[in-house]
Amino acid sequence: MLPCPNLDAPPQCGRALTEETLHTKHTLRTLAVVAAAGLALTACGTTSSSSTASSGSNCPSGLKIAFLGAQTGDYANLGINISNGANVALDDYNKANSDCKVTMQKFDSQGDPNQATKLATQIIQDKSIVGVVGPAFSGESGATGDAFNGAGLVTVSASATDPALTTHGWTTFHRVVATDADQAPQDAKYIKDTLNAKKVFVIDDSSEYGKGLADGVRKGLGNLVTGNDAVQQKQTDFSATVTKVTSSGADAVFYGGYYAEAGLLIKQLKAAGYKGAFMSGDGSLDPGFIQAAGADAANGAILTCPCAPSSADFTAKYKADNSGAEPGTYSAEGYDAANVILSGIAEGKYTRADLLDWVNNYDQDGLTKHIKFNKGDVSTVVIYAYKVGGGKIQPGTPIK
Amino acid sequence: MHALALNFDFLFSNFSQLTVTGLALGAVYAMVALGYTMVYGVLQLINFAHSEVFMYGTFATLWTVYFMGGTAHTSGFALARMFAVAMVVAMVVSALVALLLERVAYRPLLRRNSPQLMALISAIGASFVLSESMGLRDNITRWIGLNDNFSRYVSGARDTRGLPMDIQTHKLFPIGNYQVTNIDLIVICCALLMMLLLDQFVRRSRLGRGIRAVAQDPESAALMGVNSTRVVQLTFLLGGLMAGAAATLYMLRIGATRFDAGFILGVKAFTAAVMGGIGNLRGALVGGLVLGVAENWGSALVGTQWKDVVAFVLLVVILLFRPTGILGESLGKARV
Amino acid sequence: MRRPGLPAIPMPDAMRGKPAKIVGLAVLVVFLYALPLLDLPILTTPDSDFAGVLYTMATYVLVALGLNIVIGYAGLLDLGYVGFYAIGAYVTAVLGVQHGHWPYLLTIPAAVAVTMLSGVILGAPTLRVRGDYLAIVTLGFGEIIRLSAKNSDWLGGARGIQNVPKPPSIHLFDVPHLKWENGTVLVDVTNKTQAFVFGFVDYVPYYWMALTVVFIVLIADVLIKSSRVGRAWEATREDEDVAEVMGVPTFRYKLLAFAMGAFVGGLSGAISAAGANFIYPDSYQITVSVIFVAAVVIGGQGNRWGVMLGAALVVYLPERFRGLEEYRILMFGIALMLLATFRPQGLLPPRVTRRAKALERDLEELETGDEAQEVRS
Repeated sequence: MLPCPNLDAPPQCGRALTEETLHTKHTLRTLAVVAAAGLALTACGTTSSSSTASSGSNCPSGLKIAFLGAQTGDYANLGINISNGANVALDDYNKANSDCKVTMQKFDSQGDPNQATKLATQIIQDKSIVGVVGPAFSGESGATGDAFNGAGLVTVSASATDPALTTHGWTTFHRVVATDADQAPQDAKYIKDTLNAKKVFVIDDSSEYGKGLADGVRKGLGNLVTGNDAVQQKQTDFSATVTKVTSSGADAVFYGGYYAEAGLLIKQLKAAGYKGAFMSGDGSLDPGFIQAAGADAANGAILTCPCAPSSADFTAKYKADNSGAEPGTYSAEGYDAANVILSGIAEGKYTRADLLDWVNNYDQDGLTKHIKFNKGDVSTVVIYAYKVGGGKIQPGTPIK
Repeated sequence: MHALALNFDFLFSNFSQLTVTGLALGAVYAMVALGYTMVYGVLQLINFAHSEVFMYGTFATLWTVYFMGGTAHTSGFALARMFAVAMVVAMVVSALVALLLERVAYRPLLRRNSPQLMALISAIGASFVLSESMGLRDNITRWIGLNDNFSRYVSGARDTRGLPMDIQTHKLFPIGNYQVTNIDLIVICCALLMMLLLDQFVRRSRLGRGIRAVAQDPESAALMGVNSTRVVQLTFLLGGLMAGAAATLYMLRIGATRFDAGFILGVKAFTAAVMGGIGNLRGALVGGLVLGVAENWGSALVGTQWKDVVAFVLLVVILLFRPTGILGESLGKARV
Repeated sequence: MRRPGLPAIPMPDAMRGKPAKIVGLAVLVVFLYALPLLDLPILTTPDSDFAGVLYTMATYVLVALGLNIVIGYAGLLDLGYVGFYAIGAYVTAVLGVQHGHWPYLLTIPAAVAVTMLSGVILGAPTLRVRGDYLAIVTLGFGEIIRLSAKNSDWLGGARGIQNVPKPPSIHLFDVPHLKWENGTVLVDVTNKTQAFVFGFVDYVPYYWMALTVVFIVLIADVLIKSSRVGRAWEATREDEDVAEVMGVPTFRYKLLAFAMGAFVGGLSGAISAAGANFIYPDSYQITVSVIFVAAVVIGGQGNRWGVMLGAALVVYLPERFRGLEEYRILMFGIALMLLATFRPQGLLPPRVTRRAKALERDLEELETGDEAQEVRS
């Protein structure tokens, strides 16, 4: 933030400027630069002296953490769940550490990797940001991983579940949730053991997430899979898929994808007389699933997630900190992710390097699970199954 | 996991089901395609925002059902009455949106003699505005201060909103090994009836003759005393009515909608219009039905993730063999 | 919208003009290169990295130059231009990392060659059908490209391709950025751009690369437009039948326009892939094509300065007003409608259009007088 911190002596400013002047040819521009030089030289002197004066306390003022994820757009729900969860952690921290307050700046990627890369650069260039909660989605995590890793800026995601993310050798990437690779076998187990299904039809939405999860379930189910189909995101008419499911005689359907399509799919399956079970992953775990399907069709659906249900205590705090909003999918993980970073700041880790080190050696109980990172992956794996009943998502229970 | 493998067995063993549901899907395409094809016939303009006219119809249907007190248990005659009212409301709403579109996005441009492409840009802009204002309806109503009263209608603005009830299907009679359901029959028959009415209107009525005259030669039509502004308005109005009816039928089948539900459907409907021969009402019908059935067959054959590819490849193939579409005739050249 | 400061005169005229003009042009060029370093207040995007935005702007400007050949010069409506952009990016990524280890600079010729070829393959059958149908066929082409990439594991599937190769880095010197605080200009020595190191954080070198390519394509564009080929395009666009009668092989020239447009689109895609580091199919949706077309048309189809301005604006404005967040698309839509209504010829209409318009108006007055108006009302 400071214009010339870590500056040995003002002459360096001058040297940089002459370099700048060499690159310009036009008189007017040279004049402008020379004028700028004069201002810069004076300003340099003042700022460097003031920065040394203010460092009485150990805690640098204006310390920030960033949130990177969707706040608006089609994926806003999930991003807001997480940033609100992080808000609770931030509030807890600031109450306990009033001498070294931290703020959280939100960067709205709308879940779009292309936007996220530009925001990541912006985050990295803001030297007062020492840690990042996020990126929320796997896509944006993949797109920004190299940049954060290069800058040595620690990121803790609450919801990026693509298993491949921890295979790039990034030391800065962390997540407090289990991956799709952990979720899929548990889903398969649940279908086999709890639902006792004999013929399972597996559908995915051709997305990176949906296909990855569904492929894992296919692998886990083996020869129980009676048929496969892949649909498209934003598709609304599933008549061909419905035909495939009903003609296969499946007694369970697994859908890897997001809640918008999942809701329409179950609605159209039920309308066509499908009576079997319906199961989907964390992408479908949202009240929007019931809104799309209608309570009638959605009842009985099972949605699995590596995310833990919110405790009553957390729900109360969450509501108080977020003007009455109910916690949702990954809210508690958002709290944990922010807490991993904030607890480091509370311990006096004020630089990016210290904080990265702190997170890499983190070993404490979180709200949702014990948190300790193994190459970025959290070592405790619990998958929860949430059942839809009475037009609501009922609190989840761990799959055993 | 599943590569491109042709599954003929499945296609043939479920041929009748895929075809009937494909026809129902195609009927909705066809009705939306009418709006594209008529505006194109008269103005040579791709009415990019027509998809949003349809989308407003789906919400009109949904909200009418809410408003009339539809619950998870509404069924039978009450449900039928609800949908009948909803269809009228949806047609009115869509027609109003279409007229508004004409007034705001096109007429100012036509007056200034803008290049056609600029009208397309205006249409694209209007499309963004219409769908985003639906997608931001919660914020918009909050500004006005109505949020509490209408939360059922406006909340979750960016999510898919479904009808409260499951529409129970009844099996009516078999075709092949498929039991045709009441929904299939209602959608297909309703669409055919509406299109028949429109076709007769354009062919037989005085106003319809005006449309054909302007489509054929705007300048001569103007000289012959045809009020071209009226004709353009009428075209948008008719397109809107059809889109509204299509929206209700769509809701009957799909049961849910969302602020961007129009976009892909609009692209498909425009594809159907071109496939059948743009500017040709009967072409829109044929194009829509062909497209709907082809998508279902294609989904069965190579997997649903390829269905849009199937649709577009089919379009190119048809245009290669019939460069002006399947029926090829334009609106203006249709005989009385 | 006021007329911006870009010269509306084609470059050769400017070159032939007074020395002042040449100096002015040189200053403009230097200014453009220095732009990400200056951190000018108001102009700089507050909420996202300005160099990154400029880089995207430059790739869009390139796209607009290419699409302008298709839409502006040859008069063909292409709604699937994103397909070429995607092919360019994918060829670079596939050869560079997915199925080979080609250095970045070698992938570019391959990318443009493949894109051009796909332009010819798409154009050869479809340019024979009626011009009106081209829009939907090209739109379908764009979707086919996206869905094929998405559903094919060989092309990385929905996940896309990571670690797209980057241009070779040569570290020559460091350039500090400027910093503006309360009206004073400071030299921010902590924030230096390493020229020319293509890394993960600093987009300035990528922007310089893209800008350089823009200048090269711009010069090529000027040369082609004023050549025989450019005149043939103009004739074809104005009246295809007459052009054919006058001995212009219109189909061949349309195909040429298509191929050249594809060439530039592929080039732009390859350049954008380098900085993005990561490409995935869903970033090549129909809406991107729509925005490309919007850039060309609102800028003023046929006028290269206009389309460049249009492209720069469609990227810049949403990023500049990121504060509006969820209202951005709504605002964009409103802006498109207002522009279409109040600047029907685009921000910078081409000179031909302006001349042709005056002529048209004169002709119309001569032909019809006021009679037609009376009949209509």
